[in-house]
Formats: sequence, structure tokens, C-alpha cells
Amino acid sequence: MTNSETNSQKTGTVRVKRGLAEMLKGGVIMDVVTPDQAKIAEDAGAVAVMALERVPADIRADGGIARMSDPEMVEGIQSVVTIPVMAKARIGHFVEAQILEALGVDYVDESEVLTPADEKHHIDKWAFTVPFVCGATNLGEALRRISEGACMIRSKGEAGTGNVIQAVRHLRTILGDIKKIGQADSAELYDWAKRLQAPVQLVEEVAETGLLPVPMFCAGGIATPADAALVMQLGAQAVFVGSGIFKSENPEPRARAIVEATTNYANPEILAKVSKGLGGPMTGIGMDELSIKLEERGW
Amino acid sequence: MQVGVLALQGAFERHIKTFQKIGVNALPVKSPDDLEQVDRLVIPGGESTAISMLLNLNSLRAPLQKRISEKMPVFGTCAGMIVLSKTVLDGREDQIPLNAIDITVRRNAFGRQIDSFESELEVKGLNEPFPAVFIRAPIVESVGNSVEVYARVNGQIVLCGNDSTLVTSFHPELSDDNRIHEIFLSIESKDR
Repeated sequence: MTNSETNSQKTGTVRVKRGLAEMLKGGVIMDVVTPDQAKIAEDAGAVAVMALERVPADIRADGGIARMSDPEMVEGIQSVVTIPVMAKARIGHFVEAQILEALGVDYVDESEVLTPADEKHHIDKWAFTVPFVCGATNLGEALRRISEGACMIRSKGEAGTGNVIQAVRHLRTILGDIKKIGQADSAELYDWAKRLQAPVQLVEEVAETGLLPVPMFCAGGIATPADAALVMQLGAQAVFVGSGIFKSENPEPRARAIVEATTNYANPEILAKVSKGLGGPMTGIGMDELSIKLEERGW
Repeated sequence: MQVGVLALQGAFERHIKTFQKIGVNALPVKSPDDLEQVDRLVIPGGESTAISMLLNLNSLRAPLQKRISEKMPVFGTCAGMIVLSKTVLDGREDQIPLNAIDITVRRNAFGRQIDSFESELEVKGLNEPFPAVFIRAPIVESVGNSVEVYARVNGQIVLCGNDSTLVTSFHPELSDDNRIHEIFLSIESKDR
């Protein structure tokens, strides 16, 4: 589908696509693999769910090729919740994205968690009515995705590890460079564009506003309410939680606690209260124990 | 006058920025103490199910309900309109609205995100159309006698109000146009 105009109603505009990301700010987007999990997520106050066949921790454990979910499974989840439903397409796999758009998903995640389908090209996201979110490890990667039409950026972190260190690294890298660009003079912006391998217009926009042109959320390794509050205090505008909820001992209270922590991220008394008695978090993996780094996918 | 914007979840920063543009400093409201400091309140767009639940978790529902019954001016956009309505259709059973305005609202009435749209909206009282952004928007299916209707899309009500409440299906905080916010600021306060 392309941008259409009926009764002077324009769909698929930048404002409409980025607008939904604005509405998700301050919220938690949860990975779910069944309709039952989707209900638990909505009951806990999730602002959206990500429908997928396996959470990243299982994709990592199982190996093999990870692809778009079965449409029947996506529809099953759409039918039980009233909040937005997102789904993942492989990097560069624009036909998976076309299928997800035809299913009426509310956001497509062109995701490094799935096995890439194109070693050079990401999807031309301007060609779609449905909005896209993409991962990024640094500012150049974020701006390249935005130049391709992404309407939301999530810092990648390292999915399926329950280890927040890479999420912190990527957030600090992106936000640190935004601060530095704010100090640069107009001549230096051309050098920044060259170094970041990003369009100079977007670099200028970042310099002028001190912000990414689209909302920036955080993903990859968030497992506790404290993790969610950490990335929010660092400057994320919302959080994605993948394996962290449904790979924990007691998903319901943990999901709700992460929602409360994301809203009240700057209030340690509330964070202490909601962190109590949640049962065990997912076990997690150290970075030196990893054989595959998902964050390195994407170019 | 101290304007507040409910800051539990959603597009609250965009509302605060819009007020900044018209020279009004708006306070983010997350707690009952914050609410005490404001004399009018915006409930922003976001997910109405999450906002409704967080009102309970942050102990804001009872004090906010009391302020609304005392006629504090309130302004709800999209999810905020749902939260301020009397009756919600296609919502969750545990999603109890605040009944600030006698309207029945249907959630996601235009469909999914691919059906979200922009439209130049004719608004009663405004000379020029308003650039309205509708995102998984609700509509007002019916209104009581106390409610005045200001705008419709395809015959469906998308902007209405009563003597202390203004609600929109769309997101004036996403348009570079302050006129709807100015209408809210012009509501006379009978509270306190």
C-alpha cells in the first residue's frame, strides 16, 4: 500500500507514522509468543505487544534461521488484545513486511533478532503505510535507518541475554554523540555526517533540536524494574522487554512492576516498592559467553 | 493559572511543548501531590488501558475524580478523551472512565494504524480548518444534553465539550497549531 487520499484524509504520513510512536512513550512494549501471554501483557499495562514465534533467548538457544512469525499466530494475538500489535520482519525482507502490513499489524520491527535476508540493504520503509521501528547501536546507524523511513529507533542492546550492559552502551553512544553534535559549528557538521555515514540534513536537524528526529526507545537485555528505570534515566523514551518477562519465574507481577518502574523511573521509593517479591529474573548471559552477537547484524 | 499534564504514559511532553509555545508553563503530573499544585489538567494521548491502570497504581484516581466533580477544567486528547468519558465501548472491562463529560466513546473506531490519518478539520468557532492527526482514534458515538459538538469526521463526532471539559479524538499536540490548546485555556475555572 502507498499513501492514499480519500475525502481529504491522508494515511501513512510521517506525522501519522511517528505519531503512534509518540503515543507509546513512557510505556513498555512486551514480546509475546501466544495469545495468553498477550493478555497477560495487556493486563499488566503494556502499551503494545510484539508478536513473535520465539523470544530472543529461545532463538539464541535453538539456532537455525529465525523468520517472520506465522500470520495465523499474529492474527491470534491481534484478536485478543486492544493495544497495538507489532511484529518482526527480517532485515531487508520487504516481502515479510508487505505481509505484515496486509495483516494490519500496527508497527513493523525490521529486526536483527531475526536472521537477516539482505547483507547490504535494509527495507525502503518510505514505500509502506505501516510505520517501522529499527534497531541502532550508534547515531550513524540510527540516522541511516531514519533516512530509509524508520519512524522509531530502539537502541539494540543484546537481545535474549537479560544483560543490560549493551543497552546502556548503545544509549550512551547515541545520546553522547547527539550532545557533541549540539556543540559543533556548521562546518563541523559536514565532518560529523561523513564520520557517521549519515545524511547531512539529518545531522543538522539533530544539531538544531538536540534530539533524534523520531522517538528513541530502548531494547535488548532489560530484565528488572531497575533495568527499565536505568535506561529511562539515561534518556530512553520507552522500553521494549523481550525475554525478560516470560523467561522469568513469575511473569505477571514482573510485567506490572516493569510498567510501574517505567512510569516512575525517577522515584526510588516507588522503584524499591515495585521491585519486591517478584521471584527470580531470567538467568541471563555474560557478553563473553556469547557465540552470536545479534547487535552486529544491520549496516 | 497552573496548567498540569498527566504524565503517566503517552504524549505528555508534546502537550507541555505546545503550552510552552504559547508562553504557558505546564507541570507534569505523576502523583497526588503534583495534582494538588495544578488548577487545570490535560490527559494526553497514549494507551488508555495503560493510563487507566496507572491512575490506580499511582493513587491518582480518587483525587482526580474529586477535582473533576468540583469542575476543574480538563482536556482529553484521544486516550485522554476515553479516560474522561462516561461510557467506553470496545474497551477492557476493568477500564473505568472518569465521567467528566456525558459521552459514549468507541475505541479504535477508525481501525488499525494503517487507517490512521490526517485531515483538515472544520471546527465550530475557528475561521480556518485545523490540521488534525488521528491515530488509532476513538469516536464519540453519543452525547448527552450538556455536551456541545464542535467538529465531525464523516458525520462522527471528534471534538466536543461541556462547561469544564474539552475532548478530541485527534492529537492537537502533534500539529504545529495551538488553537485547540488556546480554547482549553479559555475555559473559565469554577473550581476552588
